Amino acid sequence: MAGLRFELRDIPPEAEALRAELRGFLAEAGRAWSPRVRAYSWMGFDRDFSREVGKRGWIGMTWPKAYGGGERTALERYVVLEEMLAVGAPVGAHWIGDRQSGPLILRLGTEEQRREFLPRIVSGELAFAIGLSEPDSGSDLASLRTRAEKVPGGWKINGRKVWTTNAHKCDFMIALLRTAPAPDPKQKHQGLSQFLVDCRSSGITIRPILDLLGEEGFNEITFDDVFVPDSLLVGKEGNGWEQATAELAFERAGPERYLSSLPLLTAALDDLRAEPAAPETVGRLLARAGTLRQMSLAVAGMLQDGKTPAREAALVKDAGNDYEQVLPETLRELMQPGRTPEEVLEMQRLMTMVARSYSLRGGTREILRGIIARQLGLR
Amino acid sequence: MSETDDLRAILLDQVERLLTDRAGPDTLRANERGVWPEALWAEAEALGLPTALAPEEKGGAGLGWGDVVAIWHVLGRHGAPIPLGESMVAAALLAAGGIAPRPGPLGLAVAGAPVPWGRRAAAVVMVSGGAVLLQPGPATRQGLAPTSREPADRVAPGVPADEGRLPERFGPEADLLAGALLNAARIAGALEAVLDMTVDYANTRKQFGRPIGGFQAVQQLLARAAGEVAAVAVAASHAGRAADRYGLAGAAFEIASAKVVAGEAAGTVAAIAHQVHAAIGFTDEHALHLFTRRLWEWRDGCGAERVWARRLGQAALERGGAALWPDLTAR
Repeated sequence: MAGLRFELRDIPPEAEALRAELRGFLAEAGRAWSPRVRAYSWMGFDRDFSREVGKRGWIGMTWPKAYGGGERTALERYVVLEEMLAVGAPVGAHWIGDRQSGPLILRLGTEEQRREFLPRIVSGELAFAIGLSEPDSGSDLASLRTRAEKVPGGWKINGRKVWTTNAHKCDFMIALLRTAPAPDPKQKHQGLSQFLVDCRSSGITIRPILDLLGEEGFNEITFDDVFVPDSLLVGKEGNGWEQATAELAFERAGPERYLSSLPLLTAALDDLRAEPAAPETVGRLLARAGTLRQMSLAVAGMLQDGKTPAREAALVKDAGNDYEQVLPETLRELMQPGRTPEEVLEMQRLMTMVARSYSLRGGTREILRGIIARQLGLR
Repeated sequence: MSETDDLRAILLDQVERLLTDRAGPDTLRANERGVWPEALWAEAEALGLPTALAPEEKGGAGLGWGDVVAIWHVLGRHGAPIPLGESMVAAALLAAGGIAPRPGPLGLAVAGAPVPWGRRAAAVVMVSGGAVLLQPGPATRQGLAPTSREPADRVAPGVPADEGRLPERFGPEADLLAGALLNAARIAGALEAVLDMTVDYANTRKQFGRPIGGFQAVQQLLARAAGEVAAVAVAASHAGRAADRYGLAGAAFEIASAKVVAGEAAGTVAAIAHQVHAAIGFTDEHALHLFTRRLWEWRDGCGAERVWARRLGQAALERGGAALWPDLTAR
């Protein structure tokens, strides 16, 4: 049978119990957030906020206590994530570490790496960047050319990474690098390895790239004979592609893939009472939000069961990205300068721009749909 | 697994086998010529399906809404060749109103709309002002559903033979809500059938020396369709689960959402399926239209997308922005 099935999941009472505390905390912290901060949300970077979140035990929630984690369930973590996103909290400084770098280190890192990095991610102290894309390797990621050569005691990196969100503010990145030439062009997934790279290493130049909103959101990173000790290889040498693919499943699985624009709906709703066409539009958006939430919860439940729901996550990300891109466009039709409050209009304008990145980052829409098509049995 | 889960699994398996053996495109085509699938109905009745949604003490199987959504999904995957969903709802409404269900197919007249296969109904059930009404005999004013071309008959005005008050959990719109849930669930199933047919076709049909499913343009369309198909299945089961927890009236939000998502998806996926099938899918001979025409029919049944979307939106606007997220996460 074609297609994918999602099993409904219930949020257990102990996870629901977290909401009240989160809402109190976020209402307080949120007083200071401008429409711009909320529009960037999980792409925004605020170390002070992340430290506060860490202090409350909301980073690395599911990790073992031995590494500073909370040994909570994936659904408890899910509640924390969705509450943060629903108000557009600036979670970017800890988001990547919590979502993918930490889990990768936990799963495949050495004991030394776990002890070194995980507790500092949990406290909100260490910020991580994703070192995947390169100037000539985007969707065709395995064609990447930045290489790590074996030298005594470690590796020497040369090449360039690009579009790394917030790298200029981050402490470490997990970079996917070529450690051996591909045996032939059809086997380019071989010979790749992942490394923990200190963003302040000698030989690294990070050049922020202005995005279309005028923010220094992402970067180009040049590696010029950058030395990385053997101890910072993650997982198995040559196994980088499989590892990075599993990491991408985490990257695609979260509620940020459908919730990014929801703060706009919340902010706009009261003003839309004056708009005769609003009920139908709002109703359609709500029907989709509720459904996407159940799909996203199903994926979280699979993660909780120890599965790697790569295909389900790709499907939810694709549908969710559509949703968060359509939302600001649709609401725009119902807003009216003069009647609609300026800060709502501002958020709408900003989200229209930010939303273009949703169907690009973490795998383009076309690549995701290719993955889904293969799952359907199309070749 | 609980006892109900066991029962549900067994029933689902039985329904699947029954429909695989007894219903195919020929049955759907015969339906449209007004041929009643007697053997199929008799076997469904022998399995106790028409009364399965009524409580055990009233002669049913005590299934919940979540269970029957799963059954309706299977029914939809086979084109729902018998008015089993309607019969189940009608029997459940009668039981809830304290009226003993009658044997034979029961018709469900939702808000005065035509009754699918009403001409074969032993009695027709309707809801008015929080009461369930039973009118004996078939619906005699014969007609056809405009797009699915299945029998859909109207009830001649008459005096109800029986009347019972519905419990509060059912609410004054129990017929409309249950009917919308039924439509969403069978749309979910029919969408799955359409996706399967289309993937098969794309893998078989060759152009430019290879299966058209190998072309990215086709893959993109089908991936999008798969997202919609999965969404409807989730929305429908979510609504069924909500009806079990909060009653039909209390699940209005989830049922409305499911009907909106199902209706939107029906349009999108049917369009993609026809585009991929191209000319052959536009013929009477090919089975695709047996399902796409039913999708187009069912998305209009018991309120189209805009009707339910307006209700959802109106309620949310009244509650205001501050309540939006808390309401969404409250269930």
